[in-house]
Amino acid sequence: MEHTAESTPTLRDRIAALHRRDSDLANLVIMMAAVLLIIAVMKPAKFYTFNNFQSMAYQFPQVGLLALGIMLTMITGGIDLSVVGIANLSSITAALTMISLVPPSASGAHVLLVVLLACGIAIVVGLVAGLVNGWLVSTVGIPAILATLGSMQLFRGIAVIITKGKGLNRLPPLYTTIGNAAILGIVPVPLIVFLVLLALVGLLLKKTTYGPKIYMLGANATAARFSGLNIRRLLNQTYTYSGVLSSVAGLVMMARLNSAKADYGLEYTLQCILIVILGGVKPEGGFGRIGGLLLAILILQFLSSVINMFPHVSNFYKLLTWGLVLLLVMIFKYFTVDAGRSGVRA
Amino acid sequence: MILYTGAGTQSGALNALVRGLAGCFRRQELYVALTIVALCTTVQLRSGQFLSMNNVVDIIVSMIVPAMFGLCALIVIVSGGIDVSFTAVASLSMFATTKILLSTGYNGSVFWAFAMSALLGLILGAVNGAIIAFFNLPTLIVTLGTQGVFMGILQGALNAQEIADVPQAIFDFGNSRLFVATNPTSGLSSNLSSSVLILIGLILVTFFLLRYTIWGRGVYAIGGDAAAAVRAGFPVKWIKFSIYCLVGLIAGIAGLTRVCMMQNCQPTNLIGMELLVIASVVLGGVSITGGSGTITGMLFGTALITIMSNSLLLLGIRSYWQNFFTGLLIIVGTGISALQLVASHKRLPRIMDT
Repeated sequence: MEHTAESTPTLRDRIAALHRRDSDLANLVIMMAAVLLIIAVMKPAKFYTFNNFQSMAYQFPQVGLLALGIMLTMITGGIDLSVVGIANLSSITAALTMISLVPPSASGAHVLLVVLLACGIAIVVGLVAGLVNGWLVSTVGIPAILATLGSMQLFRGIAVIITKGKGLNRLPPLYTTIGNAAILGIVPVPLIVFLVLLALVGLLLKKTTYGPKIYMLGANATAARFSGLNIRRLLNQTYTYSGVLSSVAGLVMMARLNSAKADYGLEYTLQCILIVILGGVKPEGGFGRIGGLLLAILILQFLSSVINMFPHVSNFYKLLTWGLVLLLVMIFKYFTVDAGRSGVRA
Repeated sequence: MILYTGAGTQSGALNALVRGLAGCFRRQELYVALTIVALCTTVQLRSGQFLSMNNVVDIIVSMIVPAMFGLCALIVIVSGGIDVSFTAVASLSMFATTKILLSTGYNGSVFWAFAMSALLGLILGAVNGAIIAFFNLPTLIVTLGTQGVFMGILQGALNAQEIADVPQAIFDFGNSRLFVATNPTSGLSSNLSSSVLILIGLILVTFFLLRYTIWGRGVYAIGGDAAAAVRAGFPVKWIKFSIYCLVGLIAGIAGLTRVCMMQNCQPTNLIGMELLVIASVVLGGVSITGGSGTITGMLFGTALITIMSNSLLLLGIRSYWQNFFTGLLIIVGTGISALQLVASHKRLPRIMDT
């Protein structure tokens, strides 16, 4: 590989090198390039504009944050199907706090204080909800799929009971102003929130012992147990992180929609699982990288924006696209990644 | 062996009692049956309306479609998988069937309508089965994907809207009833729909398949331990594939039954029901990790969930508590099952721990 470092490496060499190091990531880069190329042929004038990229940067952070939580749980070999429920429950408690504590004549500083308090409460709600999931999975021993399927209904149910099924509007304008602002008129606040949390999760996985521990737990739980890992604590931690990330997603969602409701974003679960799988996280656990996740989020956002550019195409085709892409990606991975592996996994 | 008997003598009397009752039911089925009795008694005492003939008929009628879906979920969960797409399969096949029958002006027997919906369901189920069995992919994620695809086809490609005028055959079958139960005090009456016969038929066929065929034993074997099932000579891939075909077929029939009973074709209102169905199956003692579970248990679980939602109304609890109680039931049901699993592991002699 010496010669590629000395002579100027061509793009092909670089992709080939990346492919040797990390085939998942290389495939994603190729896939993204292909998507961008196809778009360049189909709808260049509408897609490659500053406005479109900015509006995409407003759209994907909420889904990205939810996917980040699901990714952590999937690395441990579990899954979190309750992220949307946690997001809505958190945003509803935040909305209730803001609506009840902000009198019409409140001063700016007062409102700001309440907004911060409300965000804090929302994150605590996410934390507690995540702990509940963690407890169900780690201590009661319910398989993560069923535990979070149940807690999704539970959280959604609580949200419906609190709001009587209605949407909460009349948020203080300050909150939505901050949530929809763009720093210097360019970088949207939701994007910054997302990038900060992405970096934090990246650090958690790379620079702390938590990272290797959850990869190990996901790859082989029995080996992890006999290596002396505190599995119960690791699982609690992971589901709590997922809960907190979901609550932040809920806050972003609330700012974007200017309201909170118990059944917003129910279609995000499928989309997030698609992102996570596309990003190279294995449902059996033990694999998954931040870089892959980010690329997967971007690819899907590009696709989604392009579908939106065809006004006569019904929104339901998105559902069809997500499902189809999810299945095709898994089948593709079966032929590429798992080709060498045979036998039955119980 | 010594360890087993040692554990047995410790709590002899209680164990004997439980074992005696367990002779009639498996343990979790017993708990569910007791819960149903307790719930019914409470509601009867509070409202006085529960045990009226028409309410009982109402509950049976509202159990018909959930119990058919329960069969779908039961077979899949026993085989160690989880399926969230059967309501989408049902919606798509019943909508396509109704649409085709209407556009061809069909006026024959309702049998062929069911056959058509069942066939469509079987084809959609085969898609699930092929992906799951031949690519060895996780069932939840595959069925989430196919759920999206099926709903996308239904709402996008077919642009499904509610059909109020269903074909005559479906309308007539939906109107037919075995008998009418009338409440003497309130004057309200309820019809026992003939669709209950379809449910009974499906239950008998599924029972026979699971209990008395090699295929059925294979379903349990795969759920217990897929690797062992391969070693024992079961054609695991084909059994897995056929499981999803059968589930699709049942879902197709369930979808059309729904159309008959509602007398209209609402393309989306089955969606979301899969969670309730999975909850009721798990509550009925079907092992969450696969390998065990009975139709009786599934029916008890379905009855509990149906009675619960029925009772919420009779007790005057607002309908928006529904999600909360569903979630609670899933968690309690799976929790009990999970804790029992842990306990049974503890009872086994340990060779690994020092």
